[in-house]
Amino acid sequence: MSDAPILQLKNITKTYPGVIANENVSFSIARGEIHALLGENGAGKSTLVKMIYGVVKPDGGEMLFNGEPYAPAKPFEARAKGVGMVFQHFSLFEALSVRDNIALGLSAAEAKKGDLKKRIVEVSTTYGLKVDPDRLVGTLSVGERQRVEIVRCLLTEPKLLIMDEPTSVLTPQEVKVLFETLRRLASEGVSILYISHKLDEIRTLCSRATVLRGGKVVGSCDPRQETARGLAEMMIGQTLSTPTRETGEPGEIRLKVQELFMESDEQFGVDLENITFAVRAGEILGIAGVAGNGQTELMEALIGERRSRHARHIQIDGIDIGHEGPRQRRARGMCFAPEERLGHAAVPGMSLWENAILCSGPGADFARGGFVRHRAATRYADKVVADLNVKTASVRSAARSLSGGNLQKFIMGREILQQPKVLIASQPTWGVDAGAAAAIHRVLLDLAKSGAAVLIISQDLDELFTISTRISVIAGGYLFPSQPTEELTVEKLGLAMGGRVKEIASAKEATHV
Amino acid sequence: MDLVLNILLGVAVAATPLVFASIGELITERSGVLNLGVEGMMVMGAIAAFAATLASGSYVVGIVAGAAAGAAMGALFGLLTLSLMSNQVATGLALTLFGLGLSALIGQQFAGASLPQFPRVNIPVLTAIPFIGPLIFGQDALVYLSIALVLGVGWFLTKTRAGLILRATGENHDAAHAIGYPVIGIRYLAVTFGGACAGLGGAYLSLVQTPLWVERMTAGRGWIALALVVFASWKPLRVLGGAYLFGGITILQLHSQALGLKIDAQILSMLPYLATIVVLVVISRDATRMKLNAPSCLGKVFYATS
Repeated sequence: MSDAPILQLKNITKTYPGVIANENVSFSIARGEIHALLGENGAGKSTLVKMIYGVVKPDGGEMLFNGEPYAPAKPFEARAKGVGMVFQHFSLFEALSVRDNIALGLSAAEAKKGDLKKRIVEVSTTYGLKVDPDRLVGTLSVGERQRVEIVRCLLTEPKLLIMDEPTSVLTPQEVKVLFETLRRLASEGVSILYISHKLDEIRTLCSRATVLRGGKVVGSCDPRQETARGLAEMMIGQTLSTPTRETGEPGEIRLKVQELFMESDEQFGVDLENITFAVRAGEILGIAGVAGNGQTELMEALIGERRSRHARHIQIDGIDIGHEGPRQRRARGMCFAPEERLGHAAVPGMSLWENAILCSGPGADFARGGFVRHRAATRYADKVVADLNVKTASVRSAARSLSGGNLQKFIMGREILQQPKVLIASQPTWGVDAGAAAAIHRVLLDLAKSGAAVLIISQDLDELFTISTRISVIAGGYLFPSQPTEELTVEKLGLAMGGRVKEIASAKEATHV
Repeated sequence: MDLVLNILLGVAVAATPLVFASIGELITERSGVLNLGVEGMMVMGAIAAFAATLASGSYVVGIVAGAAAGAAMGALFGLLTLSLMSNQVATGLALTLFGLGLSALIGQQFAGASLPQFPRVNIPVLTAIPFIGPLIFGQDALVYLSIALVLGVGWFLTKTRAGLILRATGENHDAAHAIGYPVIGIRYLAVTFGGACAGLGGAYLSLVQTPLWVERMTAGRGWIALALVVFASWKPLRVLGGAYLFGGITILQLHSQALGLKIDAQILSMLPYLATIVVLVVISRDATRMKLNAPSCLGKVFYATS
């Protein structure tokens, strides 16, 4: 009996009006196994997981848990059986304490059992997941919040733990700690169903993988035996042509930033310190760094949401623009795609074509004399959808109805197709699957080739190594001088990202003087 | 001395309808629903309580009828906004207009009727203590009920699991849904309870404060109750304090001449509202605290994405 899989899915089918989310999905998860569930955006991973967790009911097929029929009608039933889940967008309540948050995730009987606070501390110390039960969740960092979710799951003593994109918001260090915890759980017999886009993570962590495409299982493999490329090709069902960077002669300086200082207006923000760099035509400058080291502030300063003290701090083609706002900068041929897709890069409740109008610059002017040029805007939005293969019913769909990856493709396309002179993008492929990421990378490279200066702020080092001509690191609000990608290694960058090179650099400066 | 006693007794009478209505709205808002129809629910409670008491001769029947009418209005609001997903602000305003109109229609036949003075509690010896006796032991039963209700709600929200779930629902309905709590069901209970409380507040007006039916007799108290919830930053005990502060200012204004105050009555009647605005501004200055106190999902429509 103990050799029987912990969870077995047989011909699970789920259809939504007009969409088959899952069709005859069958696979099983063994005890103590870390099992990866792979698939592009919209391949049906989320729906499948929701059915296992009892949020959604399958239309057909059956599930066996521990060899017994399993059909949870509610998450509570799933949890009672021993299924825990850590959500991609955390299911936490910011205004409540850690303890209250955890109590809410337990059944009434479990929450009463013994001193909850003591149990939280016990579990968190056992697994190296430090959390303070009395703190408000709103004051915790993203990594700490995830720990709260995991501790909450562990308190129910799960036999199967589902993790939906757990590392997309973590720093490399936090990822390492998380993996240690997961391996330890697996060694204790807990099975883990692990969903992620990051193929390298899956190759180091998981011992088996099931690949979904279009709602169907298209294969399973041992990810340790596969290359990241092989896994990606299984997911998208065609050979993946990774874009390659051509080394050409860089042109004139298009974007120049010098001696930019800026104090953050957020309570926990990072002040920018003497930021100086230049991007030439045809170049892609990658800015690496752990989240929260000034990327947000740098982005705000570059796109004009916060003006710099003197106009000369930021220049496009030699013209001082530090005092100009976002619209004026757009008018000068600068385009930008901020990190936060809904609410910052796009208006959630507006349709795609309306969102296309909002960024109109010289390359895409859809509001002339105060009137909206509906047809031109729609045509442009259609072109973006077609060129970047955005999956949407039509350009009249609201931005919020698109999946994260698809909306990201739309936003990147919207900016890039305007043929900007300078493009600034933060996390251009965050949450986007391998195929779509390759597509975005290709258009970015093409844009640079056509003579634009491109600046990419990203936490994904692979991405930066793939497309950047030069890379520099931001740490504690300070930007290190950039170096050609060929001369860099992940180790070198990692050291700088830890913020230590700054001390070394300043020490060196001191000795030079 | 008698004047002071009268004023202090009057404060409780003026404050109690506000206590009822705002503690109900507090529960509604804590669950994440903004019901602007408090005025309408109150006035329906007032007419229902008056009519039922007149017909049955029993205050208890009247009070229950008032609460039931308010609850029915609250449930109607729930049906419209929670099941039919209509806009909460617009629906709340409509509920107020609907309640005012319907109560006037029902109330036509009761114009001119009146009820006897609502009895005050009389405990031998204790109530007879001069000054303090009538103040602490000689109020009417509904005053004690309203205070008990506030304490009960405070205990419920902070000490019980059900209260925690209610707060969680108002804080982040998507997360509550993902964990598996019935968001819509919880909110139905909350708006119905809120309606019942508003109905009680209305009943207090037509049974105790002025024991007769007057069209639109709530006279904006529903709106004050709404402001009180924000004023109290969604904390039950502060609602009690706020309601008595308002009650006090109202009574002060009534007695201003007798007290020899040389301030225009109009200015005095503005005071409660000015106080609200000032307090709201002061509270809002501390953005982080405000954010922590206000239910994050207040007024947002919840679509169950399954």
